[in-house]
Amino acid sequence: MHRIKTLLLLLALLLAPLTASAAGHEASKPGEIDMESYIFGHISDAYEWHITTINGHHISIPLPCIVIDDGLHVFLSNHIEDNGYTLNEEGKLINAATGRRPIDISITKNAFSLILSSILLVVLVLCTARWYKRHDAMKEAPRGFAGLMEMLITMVVNDIIKEGVGKDYEKYAPYLLTAFFFIFLNNLLGIVPFFPGGANLTGNIAVTLFLAVCTFLAVNLFGNKHYYKDIFWPEVPAWLKVPLPLMPLIEIIGMFTKPFSLMVRLFANILAGHIMLLGVVAVIFLTAELGPALNGSMTVIAVIFGVFMDILELLVAFIQAYVFTMLSSVFIGLSRQEPEHEKQLETTK
Amino acid sequence: MSLITPDFGLLFWMTLIFGIVFFVLAKFGFPMITGMVKKRSDSIEQSLREAEEARKTLKELAAEQKKLIEEARKEQARILNEAAANGDKIVHDACEQAKIQTNAMIEKAREEIRIEQETARRQIADEVAGLAIEVAEKLVRGHLNTAEKQSALIDRMIEEARASHNPVN
Repeated sequence: MHRIKTLLLLLALLLAPLTASAAGHEASKPGEIDMESYIFGHISDAYEWHITTINGHHISIPLPCIVIDDGLHVFLSNHIEDNGYTLNEEGKLINAATGRRPIDISITKNAFSLILSSILLVVLVLCTARWYKRHDAMKEAPRGFAGLMEMLITMVVNDIIKEGVGKDYEKYAPYLLTAFFFIFLNNLLGIVPFFPGGANLTGNIAVTLFLAVCTFLAVNLFGNKHYYKDIFWPEVPAWLKVPLPLMPLIEIIGMFTKPFSLMVRLFANILAGHIMLLGVVAVIFLTAELGPALNGSMTVIAVIFGVFMDILELLVAFIQAYVFTMLSSVFIGLSRQEPEHEKQLETTK
Repeated sequence: MSLITPDFGLLFWMTLIFGIVFFVLAKFGFPMITGMVKKRSDSIEQSLREAEEARKTLKELAAEQKKLIEEARKEQARILNEAAANGDKIVHDACEQAKIQTNAMIEKAREEIRIEQETARRQIADEVAGLAIEVAEKLVRGHLNTAEKQSALIDRMIEEARASHNPVN
């Protein structure tokens, strides 16, 4: 699955310059679609939540901008110009007078989506927890939504966390469960094409970076002596570590590449899925000028392929949450492993 | 490219909000659910174990019951046999007792008959003696109807008495 996604991403990246240049070439004509801004408008962050466009009139929800630039400034995104700010070519807020970027903690589209999905997540989990308060769990199992949540939680705990972390897995279960449900819920919301879904949250590098850092901390803050010995004084021939600490260097790089791969994997998979979906939908508009026959047939193909992609994305939403949690568990488990092979060596001697 | 540059603002909100979500869920959400699920699975496991034990106990009880019934049946047979033997003995004893009593009665009857016989014999003897005396009287009267005959007898008797007093002569 992951390999397929990577291939698709590569394909999309290869085709991107072609479509972009073609779009850029024709963007001068009025009524043409600018593919680059169309796709990137959907997958990148924004200061407002664009709902739809009717007759060239944009309908969007203005979101609060919060900037710290010689003092705290708070204003709605439809009053950016009134407050002496403007957007640069990357779509970020800059001071109109100085052209510098202020400290920008605006509630952007992604931040707003983050707030909504987090509230939803807390409500979902607490509702499930409330079921257990109100019922005697010794006598009955939950049905309906609480039953579904219980099944998911039990699956994550037993199949992922317990397998990966090993003993005292209960200490890490809350973080890993939170990460799983956070990623899963936001992946699902990312597929929903209209408000309040559609924000590309888990396909945003800041979000995956934060999650990867959390895992990095969980792995390295609670790593045992054996784990650190393996990094700084691994069991390899002495020349690999004495004059030049070759192996320790590689191990230290490994410490960082593990969470880095977590970050890039989630980000790239979700982003690629969104780009593919947008590309499939864009086919309908790109073929509009080729005549009704071709446009109609391409529309049918695009819709069928779009449905297929959507189902695939549902699968990916789950798989990526699963993979992130599983790898985090495995990394945590590795950092807490007792040196078993040494004990075995001692006993065989 | 802005896509692969982490945005500070979003990172800030992510840290804050994910932190809050994690705190809330780790405190009030997941441990509660996983704890209860674990409790329930433990209780199910225990129930299964208890059911297994109960089944074993039931089996043992059934075996014990069977054994008890077998024992009771043996006891019954033994008691029946004993009762039969007892009955025989009682009948036998009664017979014996009856025989002894009969014998005793027969013996007593015989004794009585003997005593009666004795009494009868004595009476007969008395009567015979009376009769003999009467006969003798009549005879004597007939012999001694004269005076000389009487004096002759007296003389003879005196003679006899002398002879019996002086056996040395």
